[in-house]
Amino acid sequence: MLGLQILIDGFAISALYGLGAVGFSLIFGVSGVLNLSHGAIMVVAAVTAWATAGDLGFGTYGGALAGVLAGFVLSFATYFLVVRPIQGSHAIPREEKEIFVLTGTLLWGIMIQQAIAYLFFNTPKTVRPLVEGVVNIAGVRTPINEIVTLLVSWTAIGLLWLLINRTRAGKALLAASMNPRGLTLLGFEMANIHCVVWAIYGVLAGIAGVLLGAFLGVSSDNIGTLTASAFSIVVLGGLGSVSGSLIAAYVVGYLETVTAYLVAPSVRSVPVLLLLVLVVYLRPQGLLGRR
Amino acid sequence: MKARLHLAAALPFAAVLACLAAAPAGAAEPIRIGVIAEDASIPGSAIPNAARLAAEEINAAGGVNGRLLEIIDYDNKSSAADSVRAFQRAAQQDHVAAVIASYISEVVLALEPWAGRLKTPMITPGAASDLITQHIRDDYAHLKYVFHGYLASTQLADMVCNAAKDLLVGQYKMKTAVVMSEDAAWTTPLDEEYLKCLPRIGITVVDHIRLSPDTTDFTPVFNKIEGEKPDVMITGISHIGVQPTVQWAQQHVPVPMFGISSQATSSTFWKDTNGTADGVLFNMVSAPDVAVTPKTMPFAAAYEKKFGVTPSYAGYTAYDEVYMFAEAFRKAGGTDPDQVVDAMEKTDWVGTIGHIQFIGKDQPFTHGMKVGPGYITGLLLQWQNGKQVTVWPQDVAVGKLAFPSFLKVGD
Repeated sequence: MLGLQILIDGFAISALYGLGAVGFSLIFGVSGVLNLSHGAIMVVAAVTAWATAGDLGFGTYGGALAGVLAGFVLSFATYFLVVRPIQGSHAIPREEKEIFVLTGTLLWGIMIQQAIAYLFFNTPKTVRPLVEGVVNIAGVRTPINEIVTLLVSWTAIGLLWLLINRTRAGKALLAASMNPRGLTLLGFEMANIHCVVWAIYGVLAGIAGVLLGAFLGVSSDNIGTLTASAFSIVVLGGLGSVSGSLIAAYVVGYLETVTAYLVAPSVRSVPVLLLLVLVVYLRPQGLLGRR
Repeated sequence: MKARLHLAAALPFAAVLACLAAAPAGAAEPIRIGVIAEDASIPGSAIPNAARLAAEEINAAGGVNGRLLEIIDYDNKSSAADSVRAFQRAAQQDHVAAVIASYISEVVLALEPWAGRLKTPMITPGAASDLITQHIRDDYAHLKYVFHGYLASTQLADMVCNAAKDLLVGQYKMKTAVVMSEDAAWTTPLDEEYLKCLPRIGITVVDHIRLSPDTTDFTPVFNKIEGEKPDVMITGISHIGVQPTVQWAQQHVPVPMFGISSQATSSTFWKDTNGTADGVLFNMVSAPDVAVTPKTMPFAAAYEKKFGVTPSYAGYTAYDEVYMFAEAFRKAGGTDPDQVVDAMEKTDWVGTIGHIQFIGKDQPFTHGMKVGPGYITGLLLQWQNGKQVTVWPQDVAVGKLAFPSFLKVGD
């Protein structure tokens, strides 16, 4: 019974972690950007879904869509207001741009965090579940929302896979992550490719934020933890490797769930951090990393 | 050129003279009260709001000793370090006559020595740790400037047990409980008292769980509690509240929650939890629907009219505290800190939370509030269909206990 409970809960939370991390990983793989405002974008999506569903009367589904849209818009805002100006700046030496982008997105995330706390308080908000109620799976009472979270996460990840492997734009993304110079020589505009990847990222982070808001609830105080969690998963899986991120998401999700159930909920993230130290020490490129 | 320089030098003096001439005769400096609070949290945001409301009322009635009250608000971002800096600024630069500070025990404990060092009277509208009053008792000469404007954790636990005796044991014949509290300074004495007073009323405590305030996924906690089959969960939560409540309802955890849940004390809780708070039972010392005193309901209504939500528990106390300080300034004939402390010790004030008198220096809970019949008695409320309904004590209750269908509570 407890085993099945861990299996179900771990699967759902891992799917959500995976969804949150693939976008983060994709951005790094294609454009070399480590977006430290990742958690902020997820939380904005969740808070927008919460506020529009209730106060503005959009309803559960309208609110969820508004949340995803907010993730999409904020992702573009991050790219055009923070990342691109730094990348295009002549005042910043080329070799320092990565660190400037890192700092820029971190500060942007903090600004968003303060704005959310100012406008909506730092108390957690919970998005209405897309489907209410519970089902009994072999004696384990499971909220239907948990199953919905799992299905939506995997559908989004599946669609991303199709997009990357079956469409021309997707293949260009893949090529950009392997050899951006070659792609430029073939006549592709890198700026356009970056726009596409930030758009995909925005939708993925938006969906992940809304689902997280419905599954566990989020507050502006969670922003740092969410970014750190995505970062840990991506480092564990290998920076830039989407499939590595998915595997790492399940390793992290299950390790946390098992710890929370069998040891104590208060130490759920400790083994993951230890594992991360071990991986960085023994295999710095991560599970499936190339660089 | 020289003449122009002289003219330039004379201009600032002329401006100052003009300002002095423009000031109305007899206008005195306002008396400043500093409010150090967690502006971005549900319980904390009510503190400056309620303090301003009280100051506006006092000023409209002519102020204190011919002077107006001015509230200076410092957002401490829930940080003890920020609070200490704010306190130093309030006392040394802004020259406040008194400070109303925070609902977080860790913050108030950090400020306590500063109130002593800077000889600035301070009161907390919401922190609960027993250590606050214990420190005053142990070092009265230095810490006499500190007053406890909310109840100590032990007193709160006793109130919860009194309510549990009538409602849970009396009405529902409950026999077992799990104590579930967040890991914080205020819950250490709270839990100690829960573990003593629950067995006294006939409830066996089958487990005692302390949660990290960083917990976001409560599924394993509820899973463990459900496995122990208690009749009720006795809560001690303040920094957390929305997430455990929502997950409790979404997962249909069949054990009712009863006790202290600070976030549940504001009307925003219903919206933040999307209505899943239905059935949650929580302690308060005053409520919008009960005339604890003739001042309670008018204050709650005025607050709701001005801010769109009902005050959190710390709003009621902060409102009373501005009035108590105003009264102390009046009696002291000014803002001399030692005289204000003397006057505060003689407080005999009917506020929104009850009849307030402070406990003397040689007794337990020094500078804490007297509790019991004739003073502060406490209430128990339940969220029912979007409203906070007072269900205990019976003589003031406006509704009966009602539980959502997923809770297995036998009548």
